[in-house]
Amino acid sequence: MRTKDLALPAFSLRFVHVWRRNRLVWSKLAIPSMLGNLADPMLYMLGLGYGLGAMLPEVGGMSYIAFLAAGTVCSSTMMSASFEAMYSAFSRMHVQKTWEAIINAPVTLDDVVLGEAAWAASKSFLSGMAVLFVAWTLGLVASPLALLVLPLIFLTGLAFAGLGLIMTALSPSYDFFMYYFTLAITPMMLICGVFFPVDQLPGWLQGVAQVLPLTHAVSIARPIMNGAAPAAVLPHLLVLAAYALAGFYVALVLTRRRLLE
Amino acid sequence: MEQLLVARLHKSYGNHEVVAGIDLQLKAGECFGLLGPNGAGKTTTLKLCLGLADPDRGEITMLGLPVPRRAREARRRVGIVPQVDNLDPDFTVRENLLVYGRYFGLPENDIAQRIPGLLEFAGLAARADAKIQALSGGMKRRLTLARALINDPDLIFLDEPTTGLDPQARHLIWARLRQLLNQGKTIFLTTHFMDEAERLCHRLAIMDRGRIIADGAPRELIDRHIEPQVVEVYGDSAETWAAAFGRGAAERCERTGATIFCYAHDADALVHDLDRRTDLRYLHRPANLEDVFLKLTGRELRD
Repeated sequence: MRTKDLALPAFSLRFVHVWRRNRLVWSKLAIPSMLGNLADPMLYMLGLGYGLGAMLPEVGGMSYIAFLAAGTVCSSTMMSASFEAMYSAFSRMHVQKTWEAIINAPVTLDDVVLGEAAWAASKSFLSGMAVLFVAWTLGLVASPLALLVLPLIFLTGLAFAGLGLIMTALSPSYDFFMYYFTLAITPMMLICGVFFPVDQLPGWLQGVAQVLPLTHAVSIARPIMNGAAPAAVLPHLLVLAAYALAGFYVALVLTRRRLLE
Repeated sequence: MEQLLVARLHKSYGNHEVVAGIDLQLKAGECFGLLGPNGAGKTTTLKLCLGLADPDRGEITMLGLPVPRRAREARRRVGIVPQVDNLDPDFTVRENLLVYGRYFGLPENDIAQRIPGLLEFAGLAARADAKIQALSGGMKRRLTLARALINDPDLIFLDEPTTGLDPQARHLIWARLRQLLNQGKTIFLTTHFMDEAERLCHRLAIMDRGRIIADGAPRELIDRHIEPQVVEVYGDSAETWAAAFGRGAAERCERTGATIFCYAHDADALVHDLDRRTDLRYLHRPANLEDVFLKLTGRELRD
């Protein structure tokens, strides 16, 4: 590792053009892309919510499907940001050499990575928002105050974008991402409170869940969507922000090491 | 004024010194060619000049700005045609120009005004809305060149601009580059095609193993380094002929495979003798840059 790879990020507003580039590509396929993103979380939410929910009493003081809706907003945000920051960003970086073309212009790699992180978070914001909208149409959202969950969705997207971009910087090929999905994303889906309350888990596993970012997103989103004030918002937000910042910085250092020599 | 100044430039990867102390100067309006076999350090030199890699030692000034410290600023007035096409496959021809112009922070109106002219220049006006995948190799190359001009640069870097193109496509690229020189642009190109260098470049440097081993105008290099006449002799008995006669009558003879290359100031005796032979074919021609290149960098393969 060279010391200059470790330098603090130096941004310019040109990162916006990297974001706009990705948005322009997305806008050509926006409808199929949105539907594709929604199908999976919707199937889980409706299938498990109504199917399993019918057999269950209230979970955490609400109907099971309402419980699940809040988890699904967060998990679909996680999925969307991760896919964009890994498969899509890897295509641009490694296969299409789009990043190399961009840094030949007066745009730095720092701007490129920031633009990509912001884009992955934006795209996941749309996914999370779409799930929120469907939950609202199904009457699973308590009040318009649920819109307060939107900034949280964006922050969650940034946290997973940073982690995904780390994988991208390390990855030799698309296959590599399967490890991350198997070892990080799937466990988070299962133990971070998306499908059932974290306190159902054995103590040690609860401890693990507490250091994972998805747990903290769900911990705020669920009460907000059900019209309650979440307890201790700040610590949860700090954990997500720490993941976003540290993830981004590590991704940037690794990307510099990979591309700038 | 010098558009690019490079002094005592060094760059190593691990133990391998890829650029081993080179000096370059590019004057405004000239076409400068950096020649060298594969692995000579040409592309690394280019990356260093652009501020995309940091030198170990040495100084670079591009368009009056120190590189790499102010490379980003300097690149605002620079156009780059990379060795491998990296056009954006998610976009059409026109969108490629539009999106690339944005990276320079150019106002949308300026970009929109420049696009028709650039499409015309690249001969792609009729293909403005085509997908990149639908373009031929030559079209992609021309679009890459047009893309490099979106910011109306003063200095244009081209890394092996015609590698992999057919003769028609190459000639078209050369014509366009001459047009740019006529507009007063400065061009820095790397190539391993000697005819390309000889046709386009005002000045050349031959690079090998990280060093510049010769430089000057193409004609000057030929006059300085090589005998003016070349006779290439082909045939099974070429080697025997060379031993018996050729090596005596020429100043220098070299062999590649079954071909003998004879270099001389006066080739009359060689030609006269070869005319009487029925078992040998020959080609008598003036010396060119390729002869200089092979003499200086050797005839063995570089992989």
